[in-house]
Amino acid sequence: MRPARLTVIAAASVAAALTAVTGCSQKSDAGGNDAIKVAASDSACDVSKTEFPAGKVQFDVENKGAKVTEVYVLFPDARIVTERENIGPGTKASITAEIKAGEYEIVCKPGMKGDGIKQKVKVTGKGAAEEKRSPEADAAVAAYRAYVVTQAEETLPKAQAFADAVKAGDIEGAKKLYATSRIGWERTEPVAESFGDIDPKVDVREDGLEAGQDLEKDWTGWHRLEKALWADNKIGDREKQLADTLITDLTDWQKKVGQAEITPTSIANGAKELLDEVATGKVTGEEERYSRTDLVDFKANVEGAQKAYELLKPIASKNDPELVKQLDTQFAALNTLLDKYRADQTTYEFTSYDKVGEPERKELSDGVNALAEPLSKLAAAVTK
Amino acid sequence: MSESESAAQPQPEQQAVGESSTAPSRRAVLGWGGAGFALGAAAAGGAVSAFGSGPDMVSAASSGASVPFHGEHQAGIASAVQDRLHFAAFDVKTKDREELVKLLKEWTVAARLMTAGLPVGEGGFGGLPEAPPDDTGEALGLKASRLTLTIGFGPGLFAKGRFGLEGKRPEALVDLELFPGDNLDPARSGGDLCVQACADDPQVAVHAIRQLARIGFGKVAVRWSQLGFGKTSSTTPDEQTPRNMMGFKDGTRNISGTDKAALDKHVWVGAGDGSDWLTGGSYLVARRIRMNIETWDRTPLQEQEDIFGRDKGEGAPVGKSKEREEPFLKAMKPEAHVRLAHPDTNNGATILRRGYSFTDGTDGLGRLDAGLFFLAYQRDVRKGFIPIQRNLAKSDGLNEYIQHVGSAVFAVPPGVRDKDDWWGRTLFA
Repeated sequence: MRPARLTVIAAASVAAALTAVTGCSQKSDAGGNDAIKVAASDSACDVSKTEFPAGKVQFDVENKGAKVTEVYVLFPDARIVTERENIGPGTKASITAEIKAGEYEIVCKPGMKGDGIKQKVKVTGKGAAEEKRSPEADAAVAAYRAYVVTQAEETLPKAQAFADAVKAGDIEGAKKLYATSRIGWERTEPVAESFGDIDPKVDVREDGLEAGQDLEKDWTGWHRLEKALWADNKIGDREKQLADTLITDLTDWQKKVGQAEITPTSIANGAKELLDEVATGKVTGEEERYSRTDLVDFKANVEGAQKAYELLKPIASKNDPELVKQLDTQFAALNTLLDKYRADQTTYEFTSYDKVGEPERKELSDGVNALAEPLSKLAAAVTK
Repeated sequence: MSESESAAQPQPEQQAVGESSTAPSRRAVLGWGGAGFALGAAAAGGAVSAFGSGPDMVSAASSGASVPFHGEHQAGIASAVQDRLHFAAFDVKTKDREELVKLLKEWTVAARLMTAGLPVGEGGFGGLPEAPPDDTGEALGLKASRLTLTIGFGPGLFAKGRFGLEGKRPEALVDLELFPGDNLDPARSGGDLCVQACADDPQVAVHAIRQLARIGFGKVAVRWSQLGFGKTSSTTPDEQTPRNMMGFKDGTRNISGTDKAALDKHVWVGAGDGSDWLTGGSYLVARRIRMNIETWDRTPLQEQEDIFGRDKGEGAPVGKSKEREEPFLKAMKPEAHVRLAHPDTNNGATILRRGYSFTDGTDGLGRLDAGLFFLAYQRDVRKGFIPIQRNLAKSDGLNEYIQHVGSAVFAVPPGVRDKDDWWGRTLFA
């Protein structure tokens, strides 16, 4: 079951459930008779049947190429139905999944990189058909998923550079790399947060720990390192260890991103949630209380919201042109306001938030409200 | 008391909004244990006129009736003072005159609905599950509660190069001088627009401001706001004057909402007063007056009574026995508050007060952050608030116990005439 209307947060459990089902099926014997054979090579992705009945489907994959490959079954909006990584040359693997009627793509990725080789397949038969979405909506969802995946991919090397500086004991170097290592995460936060276990590991603040959690032991992630760098001004063994943990957790995030449940309305509400993040954490200066790099997060949140909006704009323009006009105006206004706090618009070097006075913070807050209120109507505009 | 008097001349519009008051009010039922006359009044009376007078006002509050939104003057000035206040001052963020006009029209539509006890837009529930509802919903199921919404325009709106209104700034809309003893906080002062929301139910007043702020995001931003309770003066002289946070009755000799002659003379801007667009309007001065509660509470009774010029029990002026007896000013100490504030001491200067007590918790020193949120309407600020406040600031005995910490002044346009009219039409059209 895939309810078409879900927020990203609500969808997290669905995504988790899907993964769990897939995981289980892989272990069980689904019966090989009706299995679809997928012959993967370095230049082809041949599927034995391009049309098959809905239900529990097994794919028997054989890697006939020279490179390690991975195979995906994707929804039209590029969401992963199921996948299998690290299929070595000459080896076989089976993937099973519950698949409903609809159109899908089988993708082989020789070398586990790039867009891969795609093969369209059709699943027929009874069962609740996938709720039909417009091609525009599917295009928006696919493009947003690609954006989210790219953000995660681009974040890792930056986070690695930051982690390396921490491990080298280079306080000044690490400070310089800290804020930019977070940009990709902050741009896609609602999706990132939908994997409930990752957010508390990488982005929790000191006061976000739950009762019974130990500050020394359980506080991990960026903000723990932020405190070490700016407040404690020292890097010890624990910090070096935490730098590695951060990379492990972010790698986990990158792996999971493709599975996130994404719908046009969840993109729209996710955009609004990014502005909520700004309104509750950044404008108040709570987020980056040691580094005072709140405006970098602020900018990244706005960029992520704007990307989501731009992708939905073709749909929203038809349904609510007045809203689109308003959002264009308010995004521009907020970006102009933010640009006042950086001398060079090609960098993310923003004014330290402790140098931003109360009247200026009020102005930023007003700008966020001015954008977030109409943005809260975007979901309705793409649903009509 | 006769309940039938409360149904003073229902107008057609009142019938239209009568829906909200035909059902027995929950509070009427609770308050009177379902006594027949209370229910009867609520059902038969429909909305109670804003200018209804006399002892019926208690039942008016309980019936949750609506005050007509349309009229020659805005409601919320001469209307019987409700129990609660949410006052908000806004900065106008848009530079586009048309956008501001559009907002004022949207606000008018919302105000018309809310004062009739109805939700705004498509309501508070039942819409798209993916989108936030149009109405925030905390007033759903509540009566209109005599909600009045009153708009005012601050001096900033008339600034040169802003909206082309520089030629329309009324002469009487003066920037208030800094009076001796003032300790004004810019974060609680000024504003391009204000909305005064008065209602018998605080939730209804808060809802109204919250909705307007929400509709306004991007075009206007809340600059500051103030909640008030326990009206400190009334426009219904037959009622007992409520007490302020110092425990005194103050504002006994206020202009009655039914005294048309006094209103015309002291409150409503007249046709020949200089700014045609404001005819039928008024001027509002808002002051946040902090009281030094703890030191006041340590002040001997005699000194307290001397400072006010009234006794604490009955509220009678010095030498008199009843609250409403005409004060004999010369019997009071020269620095007595009543003496200095009285029209006779100020060449007849008279204002209509609608102030409320406020308590915003405590300050960092554990002192009650409380006082009087003073609201005064007048025909000309230069002849109303200013001479009186000059006099008070100079020698009022109360000054030791109070401090003015916020200040704002607004031109209050005339009433919205009918369903096609909107707040500010005479200024912008």
